[in-house]
Amino acid sequence: MAQIEVRHLSKTFTSKDVKVNALKDINLEIEQGDIYGIIGMSGAGKSTLVRCLNYLEKPTVGEVWVEGKELGGMLEKELLKQRKDIAMIFQHFNLLMQKNVVDNVSFPLLIQGVKKKEARKRAKELLGIVGLEEKALAYPAQLSGGQKQRVAIARALASDPRILLCDEATSALDPQTTASILELLKDINNRFGITIVIITHQMSVIRKICSHVAIMSLGEIKERGRVDEIFSHPKTKEARELILKDTEGEGPVNLAKPQERLMEAKKIRIVFSENSSFEPVIANMVLKTGRPVNILRADTKNVGGIAKGEMILGLPDDKNLQQEIEDYIRERGLEIEEVTGDV
Amino acid sequence: MFSAEVIQMLIKGIGETLYMTLVSTLFGYLFGLPMGILLTISDREGIKPNVILYKILDIFANIVRSVPFLILLIVLIPLARFIVGKSYGSSATIVSLAAAAIPYIARMVESSLREVDAGVIEAARSMGASTFTIVTKVMLVEARTSLIVGVTISLGTILGYSAMAGTLGGGGLGDIAIRYGYYRYEAGIMAVTVILLILLVQIFQTVGMKLSVHLDKRK
Repeated sequence: MAQIEVRHLSKTFTSKDVKVNALKDINLEIEQGDIYGIIGMSGAGKSTLVRCLNYLEKPTVGEVWVEGKELGGMLEKELLKQRKDIAMIFQHFNLLMQKNVVDNVSFPLLIQGVKKKEARKRAKELLGIVGLEEKALAYPAQLSGGQKQRVAIARALASDPRILLCDEATSALDPQTTASILELLKDINNRFGITIVIITHQMSVIRKICSHVAIMSLGEIKERGRVDEIFSHPKTKEARELILKDTEGEGPVNLAKPQERLMEAKKIRIVFSENSSFEPVIANMVLKTGRPVNILRADTKNVGGIAKGEMILGLPDDKNLQQEIEDYIRERGLEIEEVTGDV
Repeated sequence: MFSAEVIQMLIKGIGETLYMTLVSTLFGYLFGLPMGILLTISDREGIKPNVILYKILDIFANIVRSVPFLILLIVLIPLARFIVGKSYGSSATIVSLAAAAIPYIARMVESSLREVDAGVIEAARSMGASTFTIVTKVMLVEARTSLIVGVTISLGTILGYSAMAGTLGGGGLGDIAIRYGYYRYEAGIMAVTVILLILLVQIFQTVGMKLSVHLDKRK
């Protein structure tokens, strides 16, 4: 049996007369030591799902098994005890603002009845793990976002959990800080063998540290499996969309850069309207002039229901040739605009 | 400009006013704090929702708060006699003052506790904290600045009420202001008592605000 098993879980929120099916028949297995990503747009139900894993939200239907025990069958007292093994970190860190760092980290230990002195000692060790020993006496308000999340991670580790749930833990952080927090999570997973469940809407987070991923949309899991497999063979529309989005951020623009430098004498932007798309303008132009042009960027956008193509070409150095190409394009009724600087 | 007798009387008045205000506030919090906590946690969005309990407390607080204080003072005379043995004087006034203050304080506490970030409470729940622990170690601690501001405001309000109780023989500065200033047209004494009342409120306010700012670690 997997460490965490979710079986036929559904959650319905009822307010007034409106019913919202936040989760629909979710099935999930998470093995000991996995870094399991759950990804989806906001409103997909991923935050609700992760809260079902420690029963902060009670499922309407279905079962959650953690290490062979069904959470729904537990008494309130047993459940409170069980939560010691399932720590959680949050998007907005959720630290006690009126307590200093070391007291924040000691907090879960004090709940469990550990003596204050002992709890403080353990808290200081944990601050060492997350690299914040020198901030022990600072208050959360004096820390940066990344530091706050480190404190939250130290606090989560205090009760020696076997599972760590991360609810959009990096969404409020800048890319660099995100990278360092992800690095820390990966390290924790390696060193202590803690299973990590990560809720995110950023595919880059999944790509960087997750071993497995479940893709959620509108309360359902659309696809799940090993991250490398899903990246190379996405089966569903949702998976493909997320992967596409991920590459958008850092992909084509950067790739075009080295070529740009080779032929950056002149760049022009051409906009295709609906009529011009029928004729292969660029191909014909290249055939006619016998000189290649460099396509730096091409894009199709839906503008008010009409497909509009935009292309940025890098022209060869030769002035005459440039003129020839521009004339050719103008003859075809396309608009040209010179582009300077960054595309 | 005043005789030693008058000064003596004013000092006694200050003492009585302070006694009434502080003791009423103390009793007000003794019952108002738990009531405010119960209002917060039993609410539909609270950590221990209980619709019936919330409704009962909610309606009780509204009823007591909508009765004019002077009426409440009169209605509670039998209760005061039962508790302190007589129906007039500072100690008797404390009974009605505290009774009027309880729902007021409960509402102040409720509004302070509602300000506590739901995320922090959720974090505590995720650690396996019980409702009692969340109230004592999270909500009351996180809301302490706001709670202290609440105490400050309550003290000012109760001080004002205590002066009103003077009309019914409650003692204190309000009593002096009414008897000498109003009935005997001694404007000088009335002015002095009013100034003293203002000073007292001013002191409570300054000390309370200083304390709350000092204890706030969110800056």
